Amino acid sequence: MTTPILEMKGITKRFPNVVANENVDVELYPGEVLALLGENGAGKSTLMNVLAGMYRADAGEIFIRGKRVEIDSPRDAMRLGIGMIHQNFMLVDTMTVAENIILGLPDLPFVPNMVDVNGRIRQLSERYNLQVDPDSRIWQLSIGEQQRVEILKLIYRGAEILILDEPTAVLTPQEAKELNGILKQMTLEDKSAIFITHKMEEVIAFSDWVRVLNKGRLVTVKQTNRTNPQELARLMVGRDVLFRLEKKDHDLGDVALELTDVSANNDKGLPALQGISFRIHSGEILGVAGVAGNGQKQLVEILTGLRNVSGGKIRIFNEDKTNKSPLEIINSGVSHIPADRIARGVAGDMSVANNLAMKCYRKPPLVKKGFLHPARILDLARRMIDLFSIDTPTPQTHAKFLSGGNIQKTILAREIDACRGLLIAAYPARGLDVGATEFVRKQMIAQSEAGTAILLVSEDLEELVGVADNIAVLFEGKVMGILPSNEADTEKLGMMMAGVKLEETTA
Amino acid sequence: MRIVFEKRKTLSRKAIFLVPLASFFISLILTAILLAIFKANPFVTFIAMFKGAFGSWPNFTETLVKATPLMLTGLGVLVAFRLKFWNIGAEGQLTLGGIAASWVVLFWTPFLPPWMVLPLAILVGMLAGAFWAGIPALLKVRLKVDEVLTTLMLNYVAILFAEHLYYGPWRDPKGFGFPGTPQFPDFTWLPRIAGRAHLGLIFALVLALVLWFVLNRTRWGFELQVIGNNPGAAQTQGIHIAKNIMTALLLAGALAGLAGVCEVTGISRRLQQGLSIGYGYTAIIVAWLAQLNPIAAIIVALLIAALLVGGDQVQMMMGLPASMGLVLQGMLLFPMLAGSLFTEYRLRIIKTKLRDAQSG
Repeated sequence: MTTPILEMKGITKRFPNVVANENVDVELYPGEVLALLGENGAGKSTLMNVLAGMYRADAGEIFIRGKRVEIDSPRDAMRLGIGMIHQNFMLVDTMTVAENIILGLPDLPFVPNMVDVNGRIRQLSERYNLQVDPDSRIWQLSIGEQQRVEILKLIYRGAEILILDEPTAVLTPQEAKELNGILKQMTLEDKSAIFITHKMEEVIAFSDWVRVLNKGRLVTVKQTNRTNPQELARLMVGRDVLFRLEKKDHDLGDVALELTDVSANNDKGLPALQGISFRIHSGEILGVAGVAGNGQKQLVEILTGLRNVSGGKIRIFNEDKTNKSPLEIINSGVSHIPADRIARGVAGDMSVANNLAMKCYRKPPLVKKGFLHPARILDLARRMIDLFSIDTPTPQTHAKFLSGGNIQKTILAREIDACRGLLIAAYPARGLDVGATEFVRKQMIAQSEAGTAILLVSEDLEELVGVADNIAVLFEGKVMGILPSNEADTEKLGMMMAGVKLEETTA
Repeated sequence: MRIVFEKRKTLSRKAIFLVPLASFFISLILTAILLAIFKANPFVTFIAMFKGAFGSWPNFTETLVKATPLMLTGLGVLVAFRLKFWNIGAEGQLTLGGIAASWVVLFWTPFLPPWMVLPLAILVGMLAGAFWAGIPALLKVRLKVDEVLTTLMLNYVAILFAEHLYYGPWRDPKGFGFPGTPQFPDFTWLPRIAGRAHLGLIFALVLALVLWFVLNRTRWGFELQVIGNNPGAAQTQGIHIAKNIMTALLLAGALAGLAGVCEVTGISRRLQQGLSIGYGYTAIIVAWLAQLNPIAAIIVALLIAALLVGGDQVQMMMGLPASMGLVLQGMLLFPMLAGSLFTEYRLRIIKTKLRDAQSG
C-alpha cells in the first residue's frame, strides 16, 4: 500500500466564540483530487489555512509522505510542496504578473533574470492553458485573469499539493472545465489537489474523493463515484435543500434604468464597454452573464458613479445620471452590492452597527443637525441583524471578525434596507453557503416583487436562470443578446458568452 | 511545545489596560539600569524627577507650560493620523503659526485697536498653520504625493524661514546681537493663568473635548472614521474622500498653528530661537500613545511634559551629563511604544498532542 502524500489527524482550531475545526482528519494520496464540501462556517477554509501555514492548529498533527511536519508559515508549506490559492488573492496590485510569481522565492538571484522568468512563465502558460501576459500589472487584470496568475505562481514553484479555495467562484463554465483539465493533467503527473467548494456538481465532476464538513466536524468520507449530489447536499446541510425558488408573476412598472449606447474604458485605457444599450423596468430583475473580464466590472462602476463613461447616456428614473458622483447616484435611490466586499463593502475595523449605518447616517433619524444618535444607530443595527440573521457576537463587534457569509449579509442588509428603487448587485451570493445563498436569492425576488428594479451580475448560470426575469450576456464589452430567462439554457448562454450573437444561436 | 507570536482575534480589554502598565514598569527597570551605570541612584532620581515635575507649584506650572504645545500639536497630529494621513509636519505648522502671529503683532498693531491684536494674531496664526498643512494635503489628494516627505520637508522650510526673519528683516535693533524680534507690546501678550502657564492650556482642554465630540458623535467624524478605515468603502458610499482629507488637514494644521501662536505670545513674547523644542515631533508620540483619542492625548501630553521638565531638573541637580534628560525621556518612551504592539498581537504557547499508536 502506498503512503498517503498527506495526512491530517485530529486537527482542532478554535477562534473566539467558535470551534472552527474539531478533530478533523484528512487523507490524500498522490494523483488524487479531494473535494472539501460544506456550508460557510463549516471549517473548510480554516482547515486548509492550517495546512497552508496561514494558521496554526490548536491540536492535531500533519504528516507529509508519512513524516510528521510542523507548518509554521506559508513558506514552510511551500517548501513541503503545498500551495494554496485563496478566495481573496494574495497578489501585489502594483507589481507585474512576473514579479508576483517570483516574489518570495527562496533561491532567487540578487538580480533576477526577468527574460528567463518571463520565458518560463509563458512556457507554463501554454502547457496548462493559463493565458496571461507576464508584463501586465495585477490591478489591470480581471478577477478571472488574476486567478490564473495565482495558479501559475504555484505551478512555477513546483507545488505537489494544490489547495484551491472556491476556485470556480470567478470562472465561467468553460473556464471551470479548463481548470478541471488542468487538475486532471496535474494528477497524471502524480500531483494532488484539494478543492474547497459548495457546488455539488463540481464535486462530482472534479474529484475522486469527497469529505463533508459540518459545523467544524468531519461528517463523512465518500468516494465520489459512489455518491450523488442529493446525498451530499443532505449530508452537508443536515436538511433537505430546495434549489427551486418560488417566483410570483407580477406587473412591471416604468423604466427604472436605461442605458443608451454607453461606452467606457478600463484602467488600461482600452475599451471595456462598447455601445451598450438596455432597459430595466421597476419590478424586473435583469441578469448579466459573461466570462469575468468582459466588461462586467466597468458596467457596475459606471452605474454606481465609480467610473466615467466615454460615450452614451445613463438615465435613472428618467433623469440623466451619466457620470454623476456616487453620492448623487445613491441619492437617486440606487443601492449597490459590490463585487469586492473587503475593498468596497465594509470597513473592517468599525463595528457591525456602524457598517450597517453607513448608508443612512446622513439623514434623520440617525443624524440630527450633524450629530449622530448612537442609540438609534444601535436600534437600526439590531433590527437589521435580526431581519437578516446576521451572526455576530454583538452589534459592536468589529466587522473584520465576521465570517465571509455574515459580512455579505451585513452589506446586503444595509443596501436592501436603504434601497429606493434600483439595486445593482454584483455577485451577491458568491462564496456563501447554501442557506445564505438561498436567503440572498429570496431577498432579490422579494425586492423585485416590491417594485425594485435589479441588475444582477452573476457567474452562476443557475442563479441567473432561477432568479432573473431576463438575461443579458456580455462579451468583449458588447451585449450579445437579451433573452427571457425561461428561454435560456446553458447551451445558448454558453455560446453567447463565447461571442455568438443571440440571433445566430440556433433555436 | 511552541511559542508563537500572532495577531489577536478580538480586542482584549485586559490588554489595552495591562500593556501600557507593563511597558511602563519595563521602562522604569531599563532606566534604572542606565542610571546605575552612571552611578546615580535610580530611586533618588525617579523621586527627583517626579518632584521636578509635580513637587512644587512653580514646577507644576512649568510642566503645564511644556504640556500645552504638546496637547495642541498632539491633537493636530491625531486628527490627521485618524485618516491614515501621516502628518509629520506639526513642527512646521506650529512654526508658521508663530511667524504669522508675530507678523500681526509686529506690523498690524499700529493700525488696530489694542484689544483686537491678540485675537487677530490667534486667528491668522491658525490660518497660517492650516495653510501649511493644506499644501501637502492638496499634493496628496491631487497628485498622490507621499505626505511623509512633504510634511517633513515643509518643517525645514518653516524653521529656516523663521530664522531668516528673526536674524534678518525682523531683527530687534536693540537686541544686543541676540537673534530675535523686538519684544511684543504687553497688551498683545497671551494672559498667563498660573506661573508661566497661559490661556493656551484652556484652549487645549476645550479643544480636546470638542474634538472628541466631533470625531465620535458627528456625521463628519463618522465619515472620517470610514475614510481612515477603508477608503474604498467610503468612496462606494459616496463619501468625498478628497474634500474630507483637506478639511481634516486644515483643522490639524490650525491646531498646530495655535500651539505656535501660544508659544510666541504666551511664553517668549517675541519670535526667537527656541520657539519649538521639537514639540511637533514629540506630538507624534503623544498621538500614538494616546491611541488617537483626544482625551487620552491630554493626559499623555501632560505625562511627557513631566518627563521633559523632571528630566531637566534631575540633570541639573544630580550632575548627570547634559543630554541625560533626553536619554531618560527616550528610555521611558521606547518600551511604551514597543509595548503598544502587544495590544494587537500576542504570544501564545501551543501544546501539541502526542498520539499513541493505539488511538490511531
